[in-house]
Amino acid sequence: MTRLLLTGNAAAAWGARLAHADYVPAFPITPQTEIIDTLAGWIESGAMPGRLTMMESEHSMLTAACAAAAAGVRVFTATSSQGLLYAMEMVYAAPGLRNPFVLVNVSRGVQTPVTIQSDHTDVLAARDSGFLQLHCASCQEVADSVLLAYRLAERVRLPAIVNLDGFTLSFTREPVELPDAQEAARFLPPLAEAFGTTARPFSAGRSLAAGAAVLDSTAYTYFRYQSHLAAVAALQAWEEVSDTFAEQFGRRYDGVEAYRMDDAEYVFFLTGALAGKARGVVDRLRAAGCPAGLLRPRLLRPWPEAALRQWLRGRRAVMVVDQSLSMGKGGVLHGELASSLYGQPGAPLLLSFIGGLGGREIAAGELHEMATVARRAAEAGEAPPPRLLFTAGELRVVRKQQALAQVAEEEKR
Amino acid sequence: MYRIRFHGRGGQGMKTASRILGSALFLAGYEVQDAPHYGAERRGAPMHAVVRAARGPIQERGFVDRPDLVVVADEGLLAEAGAAILQGLDHHSLLLTVGREPAALWQDRLRLAGPVLALADAVIAAGERHFLGAFCAGAAARLLGVVALACLLQAVDDEVASFGEAAVARSRELAEAGWRGLEEHAGSVGEGSAAGASGQAPPDWIELQAEAGDLAAPSIHGGLSSIEVRTGLWRTQRPVIDYAHCRRCWWVCSEFCPDSAISVDADGTPTIDYAHCKGCLVCLAQCPAHAIRAVPERGASS
Ligand code: SF4
Ligand code: SF4
Repeated sequence: MTRLLLTGNAAAAWGARLAHADYVPAFPITPQTEIIDTLAGWIESGAMPGRLTMMESEHSMLTAACAAAAAGVRVFTATSSQGLLYAMEMVYAAPGLRNPFVLVNVSRGVQTPVTIQSDHTDVLAARDSGFLQLHCASCQEVADSVLLAYRLAERVRLPAIVNLDGFTLSFTREPVELPDAQEAARFLPPLAEAFGTTARPFSAGRSLAAGAAVLDSTAYTYFRYQSHLAAVAALQAWEEVSDTFAEQFGRRYDGVEAYRMDDAEYVFFLTGALAGKARGVVDRLRAAGCPAGLLRPRLLRPWPEAALRQWLRGRRAVMVVDQSLSMGKGGVLHGELASSLYGQPGAPLLLSFIGGLGGREIAAGELHEMATVARRAAEAGEAPPPRLLFTAGELRVVRKQQALAQVAEEEKR
Repeated sequence: MYRIRFHGRGGQGMKTASRILGSALFLAGYEVQDAPHYGAERRGAPMHAVVRAARGPIQERGFVDRPDLVVVADEGLLAEAGAAILQGLDHHSLLLTVGREPAALWQDRLRLAGPVLALADAVIAAGERHFLGAFCAGAAARLLGVVALACLLQAVDDEVASFGEAAVARSRELAEAGWRGLEEHAGSVGEGSAAGASGQAPPDWIELQAEAGDLAAPSIHGGLSSIEVRTGLWRTQRPVIDYAHCRRCWWVCSEFCPDSAISVDADGTPTIDYAHCKGCLVCLAQCPAHAIRAVPERGASS
């Protein structure tokens, strides 16, 4: 068992290498660049077979990924933030072609204003596209999730996004046990085998028009709903994929991570790398006598609704921590979870916290305070309005910046 | 758990410092996390890198808010509020400054509750400031006292290998120099504990109110405000015009300078504004007469 210190970006690149990605259309963007840098180095030195092509934009990059996936090769690509948004037309176009590939997204807030730090607004903008979405909480999970994503994507023939947080995972090194190359090859047999008899979706001499236009609503409805059904079917497929992975590699990845949930009454609900800190807070809350727990969906799409209902039945309150913002609505995860729990027997009270925007640190003390607020809410039987994590000290910083930017005094009242 | 921050400027090897220390602790059997933190700008701008190490799983990420050890590789940063060097320091945190001034001066000026040590950086020449990382990593490793010298040197080999043999050799020397320089303080940094549930101060959250659109748009009013930002501090290389060779072509260098830091007078003579020149050396690359050369800055050179 070799354990190496790897950044999340290097772990993602290793995932692509171990998956034997044949083709990597690429375009650099902070904080994703290290991934394609690493792959380019390996491909140039011959350490990794395959081909990497620099494209002129993320839109072209995704288009190339779709075309290559249609030709039956294993495709890997990666982007972040504005890059994902720029590619969005193709993000929505790709799933309906029904060819699998993996796109790593290194989460970063979107503009305006510009930031390079992490939040989840970028990847959640792709929520309704038909891409499967796996969200990671550690560098180990990043490497493993790339392999898991390929197998899942190839089972249901949809593309998949593997999401990792910028900086807190992308640039953070921690020990990673690399999956054994031979085991990885067994887990991910060549695409032609994975596809079965329909082997190559496209090859010379066999003409095929992929993604044909259908101008009548009947056929349109049929094809669109097929993509949805395939995404839903990925939940069932995940059971097989994660079981096989656990058998081969000894690490189990349930669709929902449940930490100290057995008798938990107050449950943190969040995605991504924040889970590490939240686990630590759960431990300390428990040491202080508060029955806390943590639920973290790894699968964002398909949405593991049944598992979430089961885990949350009979709990007192859920602290949903959104690191994203849907303008005019609020936290995205909060809305998703509320829709799954509405009308369910024994549904807990849901509290909405919005924080971590543009990489804003969520302090351990804030997670503790959430638990306090949740206990009060449970006693009162009523959830407070959504809470933005923003302090008086932070407003003072903004006021100072506004003064430097010469925003007129009267505008500040 | 050990929690360490290295503060320096982009180009001074603080990421390398965190990686060397991280690898050394990993080799010594610890679970480790190391990471750089920086903004959009890199070379010369303040940045820091963190290392966490523990015997069990690390349930923390991001900024180290209660450091056991803070290493400052560039004394000039102690005057910059944005560098956030003093954030979270308490009576148990050790501050190590690397530079020219004695510890007593910082102890007096900064009025810290915890201990301050200073390590002279005289062994590092002006032209090799990018090796500061190895020096700082060696010093930090000695202060922790749980890393053997052999582990430290192995970590240097692993982390610096891609920069070539000469860089490895010099980094080994400097890591060992940093290590030896703190001999009498070996083991003086201990593992900090996490604050329990009761030790957490509640955050002073506020209700953010909707404000007028003009106020709520990220606009900078009034021109020329960038003059106030002394980006010349970021420079690690200084472009110098050799007027004996300059042909007074009057536009190439000044036109290509992405920061408009070169002005040209009536007879075509260019002048560089060092308060704002970032040292990108685009002018050097573009000058058709090869009249511009680069010299390292003392504060941070590569
Ligand atoms: S480009 Fe060179 S020759 Fe032309 S003005 Fe600048 S320094 Fe002189
Ligand atoms: S080094 Fe760059 S910023 Fe400085 S004068 Fe030359 S072109 Fe301008």
